[in-house]
Amino acid sequence: MPRGVPREINVRILEGEGVTKYFGGLAAVSNVDFHVDEGEIVGLIGPNGAGKTTLFNLISASLVPKPGVIKFKGENITGKKPYQICRMGVARTFQMVKIFTNMPVLENVRLGSFFGTLPGMSSADIAREAAELLEFVGLSAMSATPAKDLTLANQKRLEVARALATRPELLLLDELMAGLNATEMAQAMELVKRIRDKGITIVMIEHVMKAIMSVCERIIVLHHGEKIAEGTPREIANSKKVVEVYLGEQADAGS
Amino acid sequence: MDITTFTSNKRFQIWGISLLVVLAALATLPQWVGSYYVVLLTFILMYILITVSWTIFSGPTGYMSLASAAFFGVGVYTSAILFPMTGAVLPLPLIIVIAGIISFILGLLVGALTLRLKGIYFAIFTFGLVLLIQRFLLWFEMNITATRGRFVATLDNNYIYYVMLVIFVATLLTAYFIRRSRFGLALQSIGENEEAAAHIGINVTLVKVIIFAISAVFMGAAGAIMASKLIYIDPYIAFNPLLSFMPVLMAIFGGLGQFYGPIIGAAVFAYLQEFLKTEFPFAYMFTFGLVLVMVMVFMPSGLVGMIQRLLASLKEGPQEKSTPSWTLIFSFLFGILGGLVSWFIFRERRGARVHLKVGGVVTIIVIAFYLILLLLAYLGELRSGYFGI
Amino acid sequence: METVLDVVVAGLLLGGIFALISIGLSLQYGVARVLNVAHGEFIMIGAFVTWVLFEAGVNPLISLMIVGPGAFIIGFILYQAMFNYIRIKAPSLDAFEGNSILAAFGLLFVIQYIALIIWGSNIHGYTYLASPIHLGTVTVATNRLVTLGFTVVISVIFYIFLALTRLGKAIRAAAQDPATAGLMGVNIKRVLAICFGFGALMAGVAGVLLSMCYPINASMGLHYTIIAIVVVVLGGMGSIVGSFIGGFILGIVGSIVTYFDPGLSMVAYYLIFIILLLVRPKGIMGK
Repeated sequence: MPRGVPREINVRILEGEGVTKYFGGLAAVSNVDFHVDEGEIVGLIGPNGAGKTTLFNLISASLVPKPGVIKFKGENITGKKPYQICRMGVARTFQMVKIFTNMPVLENVRLGSFFGTLPGMSSADIAREAAELLEFVGLSAMSATPAKDLTLANQKRLEVARALATRPELLLLDELMAGLNATEMAQAMELVKRIRDKGITIVMIEHVMKAIMSVCERIIVLHHGEKIAEGTPREIANSKKVVEVYLGEQADAGS
Repeated sequence: MDITTFTSNKRFQIWGISLLVVLAALATLPQWVGSYYVVLLTFILMYILITVSWTIFSGPTGYMSLASAAFFGVGVYTSAILFPMTGAVLPLPLIIVIAGIISFILGLLVGALTLRLKGIYFAIFTFGLVLLIQRFLLWFEMNITATRGRFVATLDNNYIYYVMLVIFVATLLTAYFIRRSRFGLALQSIGENEEAAAHIGINVTLVKVIIFAISAVFMGAAGAIMASKLIYIDPYIAFNPLLSFMPVLMAIFGGLGQFYGPIIGAAVFAYLQEFLKTEFPFAYMFTFGLVLVMVMVFMPSGLVGMIQRLLASLKEGPQEKSTPSWTLIFSFLFGILGGLVSWFIFRERRGARVHLKVGGVVTIIVIAFYLILLLLAYLGELRSGYFGI
Repeated sequence: METVLDVVVAGLLLGGIFALISIGLSLQYGVARVLNVAHGEFIMIGAFVTWVLFEAGVNPLISLMIVGPGAFIIGFILYQAMFNYIRIKAPSLDAFEGNSILAAFGLLFVIQYIALIIWGSNIHGYTYLASPIHLGTVTVATNRLVTLGFTVVISVIFYIFLALTRLGKAIRAAAQDPATAGLMGVNIKRVLAICFGFGALMAGVAGVLLSMCYPINASMGLHYTIIAIVVVVLGGMGSIVGSFIGGFILGIVGSIVTYFDPGLSMVAYYLIFIILLLVRPKGIMGK
């Protein structure tokens, strides 16, 4: 999707209706309706155990909602396999980085291009694209390094590059900022914006409020698996309910 | 399709030419050696091809399959039924193809069934499968068909050798091209992180099941041709659990890091095995066990990996952290056992002079192997400052 | 009705033996992470030592006191010298489990060969406590009953040991999370070695009791190892209680199948094993 698409059109790239997931008797995600518009950066926040990652797993088809429907670009994708979801244009990163540690950095990215896109790309195209993506995330200098030798920040960048290599239209970022220092965090926030500028829609789970507030256009708040608020960063910051949830958690943590 | 950046064209050519030379040598071999060596080489080729086909799937993914004996046995029985002593039902090449296809289908089935099983569960499931088929067949043959064993039509040794060579080449080519193709990359990424692999668009299920089944084809084909070498077969011979462990051991012995690791491992090991088996059927078992233990303890990264590491450590100084003193105790323990086995080898064949000579050679090989390992262990400890140097 | 009772009693007696040979393996895999395929060889050695001692006039129940500690020491040293070394070198737990199976497989050959050299390949046996006991309508041999009794007593002692003692708690902690247990001050290497030693002890004891009931030979080990693996998977790897119950379940199944067609009993075991792995790989007591 080229940049500069008028925002007013508000094409819904992702929609969820009544998305629910039980683990045993416990509802990890319960009856959540949500939508993501094309070109947006949506933040997904909530206390620990609120069901954020479970929701990501449901969208990326690691888990299947029961009941509930998830639509990508208007098409029902419930029950599809993760690789199908990926090839349709949804890529993700993981809370605990899941790169291919024994492979060189470049190989990690190439794998994304190989399998995440439709077949027919030539080896040369793939190699060029992988190099471009490494440049884009700032890892060009390390393309031959085994992935396990990277710092955490660079591993996260690599994971983003690998996800981008699958040519997604929607990118799910699970706690990109966690464990990064201030400088790295600023770079990561900048990276997120640049990805959006490429025309890729982003949904990000984040605990770092500063990052969420400055990057996201819209925020969805989960608590005990339910959606309790949704709105612009300002609305969320002023929402009594949200503040209560977070303060409540703090009070719990203090006691 | 060339997708591997590491391998330049020149290296590919060198390998290709040297491979052709080896192949030419293998093809003309029966012209200039006796039938003993032809038979020996048939066995060695069989072990290499089974090891390589095991490595196709289990090497990159890390799923330790112990189903090799099942696929091999299926091939043997296909041959036994379609190519009996009383006269062939179908021409042999067709039987081998059929055996390959049946193994492929069994591979698909096992692959699809075991998708959820990881790590050790996969290993023991596949091993259980071998035993289940063996036991069921035994019961079936005794109670339903009322034949404990079957006789297979015999063939000329050279003929068997050439058929084996064809399967061998097919296995090597398939393994090589799978390794270099997208499938190879996909398998490797599955071994590294299956979940991540699925989320970058790899159809993990399909890749795993298909490759597992392909690796089964060659084992089935090898079993089909080996049946006429074995002549008499029963479920115990066809589904010998030892054959499930052999490829794993040989591959690890050679080293899983490189394509040629398992080939070298299988070649060395198979030769030693056939040699020991014919000369000292009794002590063979002991030596086999001893080597197995020593390989696992001293060289888990294999022959190739060990040599690489040794070269690296000589060049760059200490590589590994210090090892416990138990190693030395263990070494001495096995040293004593090594001495014992040599003694038994001598005792077993004391009568014949020729055998005494061969026994001496084997003893020296065993002791030398042991000493080298001990030296390596010692060197490793020395270099890492274990003795305060 | 009488046949049903016969089958059930035979099943319980068989189950007792199965449970006994499996608990040790379960411990070795559950905590020390070694799927010890040489387990049966320890059973075999235990049985042969008892036989030799019996020929020399030693009561098998006294051999129990000799074989048990002896097996423990051998198991302890083996883990310290061999498996621990493999553990240190292995890049991951999966790699360690794979390598240790193969090493144990090598051990199987070494032990079996040594036994063959010493005792040959003949079948041996002796008679001890073979007199029949009548329990209502069912007749059983005394030694079978003694074996069953020992199984129950040893299992209970072992369970209590794990639940209550300091070492037992350390073992359970190591089973759940070796790294954290190490941080909590548990000497992991020693605890794992002790566990492996206990597994060997159980195997040795099982060998002593087995030799009272069945004829023995040097290549009997693998058969028992395989049954033990089936039971351990049935009960849930690492669960002592699971192995105990699993042993009896398999014993009764075996006794029922044997009643109809003895040739199918091993087929039945493997079938249960395979189906269980597919349906519930964690076993009946697995978490």
